[in-house]
Amino acid sequence: MSLESVYGQVLNEHNLHPFHKGETEGATMMLEGKNPSCGDDIFLSLKVGEDGTIEDGSFQGSGCAISQASVDIMLDLVIGEKKERALELCSEFMNMIQGKATPEEIEDLDEAGALKDISHMPARVKCAVLGWHTMEEMLK
Amino acid sequence: MTDNKYRTDFPIFENHPCVYLDSAATAQRPACVIEAEKEFYEKMNANPLRGLYDLSVKATDAYERARQEVASFIGAGSPEEIIFTRNTTESLNLVAYSYAMNFLKPGDEIVTTVMEHHSNMLPWRAAAEKTGAKLLYLEPDEEGNFTDDEIMTKINDRTGLVAIGHVSNVLGCENPVRKIADRAHRYGAVVVVDGAQSAPHMKVDINDLGADFFAFSGHKLMGPMGIGALYGKKDLLEKMPPFLSGGEMIESVSLKGVTYADIPHKFEAGTVNAAGAVAMAAAIKYIQNIGFDEIRSIEDRLCEKLFEGLSRSSHIHIQGSKDPKKHNGIVSFIMDDVHPHDIASILDADGIYIRAGHHCAQPLMEYLKVQSTARASVYLYNDERDIAEFTEKILNVRRWLGLES
Repeated sequence: MSLESVYGQVLNEHNLHPFHKGETEGATMMLEGKNPSCGDDIFLSLKVGEDGTIEDGSFQGSGCAISQASVDIMLDLVIGEKKERALELCSEFMNMIQGKATPEEIEDLDEAGALKDISHMPARVKCAVLGWHTMEEMLK
Repeated sequence: MTDNKYRTDFPIFENHPCVYLDSAATAQRPACVIEAEKEFYEKMNANPLRGLYDLSVKATDAYERARQEVASFIGAGSPEEIIFTRNTTESLNLVAYSYAMNFLKPGDEIVTTVMEHHSNMLPWRAAAEKTGAKLLYLEPDEEGNFTDDEIMTKINDRTGLVAIGHVSNVLGCENPVRKIADRAHRYGAVVVVDGAQSAPHMKVDINDLGADFFAFSGHKLMGPMGIGALYGKKDLLEKMPPFLSGGEMIESVSLKGVTYADIPHKFEAGTVNAAGAVAMAAAIKYIQNIGFDEIRSIEDRLCEKLFEGLSRSSHIHIQGSKDPKKHNGIVSFIMDDVHPHDIASILDADGIYIRAGHHCAQPLMEYLKVQSTARASVYLYNDERDIAEFTEKILNVRRWLGLES
């Protein structure tokens, strides 16, 4: 595995300039996600409308580039989508990180596909899934 | 070519060439240690301490000789004051469960420090909860020093037990154990020393330290994993009840009662890790043949190079003392805008291994106001090339993350 395939432009851009870091006005759900092995924690907020559409979302907290970029990319993908679609993306992402995703699933994950080589970095898997796992807990 | 004549004693560097800078987590093993463990199983393996035949006697002798080696390594008066455990964590738990939970009472105070490894913190928390004793923490300044005032105020006539790390696994600083022990003993308190990070790097004499208990691991001093030791003063060990019970720790058992074996076997329930003990003794002999003066001079030189190399970046901040000689081979640092896990992953791609995270010392992280740190630690087999490679590659980390072009 080459470093470029993980620490590439997409990851660095989302880590350095996260679009969704901050607070969500009128959030309907909030959950803290923790990664005990590195002490990272994030607070994920979602504003879910009555029809189940994720209208807005944001995260706070600090962590490594992989966890920060991953959650920012995730919010990019799920805002504007229905809960069910968000959960579908979640399961595709988990598959990808375990190296089990189909090319179609990776394609469907759009920018999040930039994190696919994390599947070759077992030590960092928890970082990549922190935000996704937290969202899954909230929506299930 | 390496400039370190000991490096070739370590097969790992031939089998898996790398820049290994994580010896504070676990050391590498020289061939003689691996050989000693193998030799035990090939030539003297039988269940020690109970067999009535020649081979078991051989195994028992080897095990008890290892105990003597460990005793003399730390200046213990008698081998029966050495209990073999799995590691430092188990040694400390043994003291917490067998001593603290039985001899401390409500109103007593247990004093430890905020810089302890979780394994020298959580057992005391459990003991405090169980006995109603109060747990207090000594707080250091940012270089890791405890003021006299801090020691005098918190250790007093209410103190029943003081638990202190000899060398911090994050800051690398050596704590003033003797001074703290003297103060504690004035009030009749018992002093427990976590020697996991000191025993591999400096001559330890438990009498000079004033330790009533001294815990350390085999694997950090180039011995096998799964073997460690606890030194305890004889009169304390004798009055303590067993920690675990079962085989090999009794004198006699009837359905009505039990008479426990004498120390140290009272504390070594079940079949012991004799091969591990023998190999740990081989590691001790390896250390003694080289000598702590030589080990210290290698580590000091490498630490100085580490400091020099890391100071080339204004974005890197070393934690603890500014004097490399006060780091005992351990250099923790943070890098502006970069999470330590990313540093470790980026260096890993070049075969450079460092530790990143909270180092099982979360309260210290909080105290230092950092979320986590990166840590490079050296031992006698590291060479200047290791340090050169590490300090060169680390300068690329911020570029990898798009922070510099």
